[in-house]
Amino acid sequence: MSATATSEPTQYLTFELEEETFALDISKVREVLEFSSVTKVPRTPEFMRGVINLRGSVVPVVDLRLKFGMTRTEKTVNTCVIIVEVSFESESMVLGALADSVQEVIELEPEKIEPAPSIGMQLRTDFIKGMGKRDEEFIIILDIDKIFTADELAFAQEASQSAA
Amino acid sequence: MIGEDDGLDAGREAFKEEAAELLTELETSLLELEEHPTDEDLIGRVFRAMHTVKGSGAMFGFDDIAEFTHEVETAFDMVRMGKLAVTKELTNLTLRARDQIRTMIEASEGKATVDHNVSKSIIGSLQLLTRGGQAKEVQGQESGETPAKKPSKTDSADGAHSITYRIRFKPAADLFVTGTNPILLLNELRQMGSSMVIAQTDAITRLEEFNPETCATYWDIILTTTHSANAIKDVFIFVDDMCDLHVEVVDEEGEYDEGEGYMKLGEILAARGDVKIDELKKLLGKQKKVGEILVDAGIVDSGHIESALAEQQHIKEVREQRQKTADGAASIRVPSERLDKLVDLVGELVTVQARLSQTAAINGEVLLTSIAEEVERLTWELRDSTMSIRMLPIGTTFSKFKRLVRDLSNDLGKEIQMTTDGAETELDKTVIEKLNDPLVHIIRNSIDHGVERPDVREAAGKPRMGTVHLSAGHSGANVLIKIEDDGAGLDKERILKKAIDNGLVAPDAELSEKEIFGMIFAPGFSTAAKVTNVSGRGVGMDVVKKNIDALRGIVEVKSKKGAGTTITLRLPLTLAIIDGLLVKIADEVFVIPLAVVEECVELSKKDIERTHGRHVSNVRGVLIPYIRLREHFLIDAEEPEMEQIVITEVEDKKVGFVVDYVIGEHQTVIKTLGRVFKDIEGVSGATILGDGTVALIMDIPSLVRSVARHEPAIAEAVGV
Repeated sequence: MSATATSEPTQYLTFELEEETFALDISKVREVLEFSSVTKVPRTPEFMRGVINLRGSVVPVVDLRLKFGMTRTEKTVNTCVIIVEVSFESESMVLGALADSVQEVIELEPEKIEPAPSIGMQLRTDFIKGMGKRDEEFIIILDIDKIFTADELAFAQEASQSAA
Repeated sequence: MIGEDDGLDAGREAFKEEAAELLTELETSLLELEEHPTDEDLIGRVFRAMHTVKGSGAMFGFDDIAEFTHEVETAFDMVRMGKLAVTKELTNLTLRARDQIRTMIEASEGKATVDHNVSKSIIGSLQLLTRGGQAKEVQGQESGETPAKKPSKTDSADGAHSITYRIRFKPAADLFVTGTNPILLLNELRQMGSSMVIAQTDAITRLEEFNPETCATYWDIILTTTHSANAIKDVFIFVDDMCDLHVEVVDEEGEYDEGEGYMKLGEILAARGDVKIDELKKLLGKQKKVGEILVDAGIVDSGHIESALAEQQHIKEVREQRQKTADGAASIRVPSERLDKLVDLVGELVTVQARLSQTAAINGEVLLTSIAEEVERLTWELRDSTMSIRMLPIGTTFSKFKRLVRDLSNDLGKEIQMTTDGAETELDKTVIEKLNDPLVHIIRNSIDHGVERPDVREAAGKPRMGTVHLSAGHSGANVLIKIEDDGAGLDKERILKKAIDNGLVAPDAELSEKEIFGMIFAPGFSTAAKVTNVSGRGVGMDVVKKNIDALRGIVEVKSKKGAGTTITLRLPLTLAIIDGLLVKIADEVFVIPLAVVEECVELSKKDIERTHGRHVSNVRGVLIPYIRLREHFLIDAEEPEMEQIVITEVEDKKVGFVVDYVIGEHQTVIKTLGRVFKDIEGVSGATILGDGTVALIMDIPSLVRSVARHEPAIAEAVGV
């Protein structure tokens, strides 16, 4: 998806992964939780950190750092779980995404967002909605729906491979 | 204005719901009536259902429905009056009419369109039937009836209206001379309704003076019936001039007397003229029971007292019965979403209660512990009664299939009867709803592919009439639903050939019978040579498997070529809560459903050495293979000196699961893991523990299967 899809100023929640700033469309974010304990589901990919209890419902948690090829997220005082609502096969689903720390909510004009360069990102470009600019710093705006759809597929493949 | 509209809309909604229920009842009654065409009770039920649909339909503006139903009702009114016999033609027409009414209701929601020609043709055929029927009298329903017993046109009171009569039948002494047997007359009365008969023997002389040719006995009868007083008198029509007959109404439905009890014994006797009020009053000063006093005083003999007491008792019972029916009608209709919400809340409460109990146990304070125990008890009660609200007997679903079998076998030119068993078995409402589709597919398959045509059956030495037997019953924490047919059975070779053709299995693969039968659940699999409108597309059994899996159930197929097929669905009682066993491996807590747990035994390092590291354990002389969950779940931590094996039984096979230690029992509210984890083997869901962390619920059968695939050696030992 390209940045031209956004036409009005949108609010984004920014967070850090390995000292890099990422952002998510605020309309996708439900809440931010402190990271306490997570229950690992056996025989699932490493980046699926497990499940947590979100006021009585069980929500899967994904380690974005692992997903993006970084190192595993270690628990610190700043570690957070960003609860997002993603649409998957036209159904909405609640997921948790691990972040080293959550920064702030910013507003970005559409013209300040550029499409991600197709090379040199070290990150699958279809995960990226665009690159936001703020004070000479780049913010990678993620397309959360894409990440989890891809996740699902990758995960399903891995599961079937391990089963074979 | 708006309010009025809302009221009417709500009324229309209520009517639709009510009508749906009535139509279901109508269908059931009609199908039963087909088997017992003279059952007056069933005729009454059909009539009442029609009548109510008509009445409330007209009330809420469904004039077309009311008008149409009226015609059908007319026919059944004639049946009720004995002017028209119940024939296959009539039930066929009525069933068609029932479907038409349903279409009309659906049409009012815009879901369907009504073909008025169908209505016209049904009404036309019905009218033809009723006109033809009017001419000929129904041939004797039972032989040997006296004319009085037949519900005569003038005397039969309104079907739904029952009256209690007090009858005193005092035959003249020379009654026997005419050859009349009073017992027969009494029996006739008994058949009119629920009755109590008390013989009065006070006029019988002493033995030495006794003349066996005279009738000295007389009778008091308390009868609750829908017949009129004249009909009762008709019973005695031939002995009219030879007896003293009193018929009085003592209790009538519809009187506003429910609040008060029935008359006291003394009042009854006085009302009958057996005793005088002033004599009674004089005696009432004494403290004994009225009856005893009267007998003691010799004013009335014990026979009369008994009779009066019987009347009291009878009326009480009749009123209680009526009250019960009224209470039943007063049940509340609740939208199922509210019920689901309640179940969710109870689920949350169970979780919180577990936390409270755990906190209290750690805290150790006596007062807190006792409160926690109280809360625990109440929560369990609340849980049980909430669950029971959602429990419904499966019978309603069964009766739906009777119709399916009837119509389908007619269409296919087969003779098939459906028998059912265990219709009273209760299941969670959601489970029943989700069972509908799988059952339809299985039964359709049985009828289309299973049961053979009558001539083929006869040639095979089987009865012409095929049978599909549907049964339900409890088995531990599960409900078993079986669909058996005595048809041709599954053709193993054909299934295998088809599976190889479709590329489902390799041509040289060796498969067990179970695996071959499992093929029928593969999507798009069908051995049918041609696609009919009943089945053959290969969608059905795939749906069955998916739906049953979603219900955490198991499908089993057993079949013998030529003898029939049995499909067993094993389902959990409820979807929301299970009893589990909490176990710990390193820092991870898991839940094993208690239903499959047999026992727990210890496993020391020495035991492992003794079996040379093989994963088998000797439990009281029986070798049981075990699975080391630590290894299978890839948990990286040192195992303790002493471990425990949880022995489970799945599909008649015992398998042990090695864990660090068993924490104890835990009531578990099942939470789904969501779509992300939906394909994970060995885990069926999650639950929230007392401390707020999440524990995974193990799916033992799938775990065994998954281990079997990864470790062929164990597969052999487990025999999967």
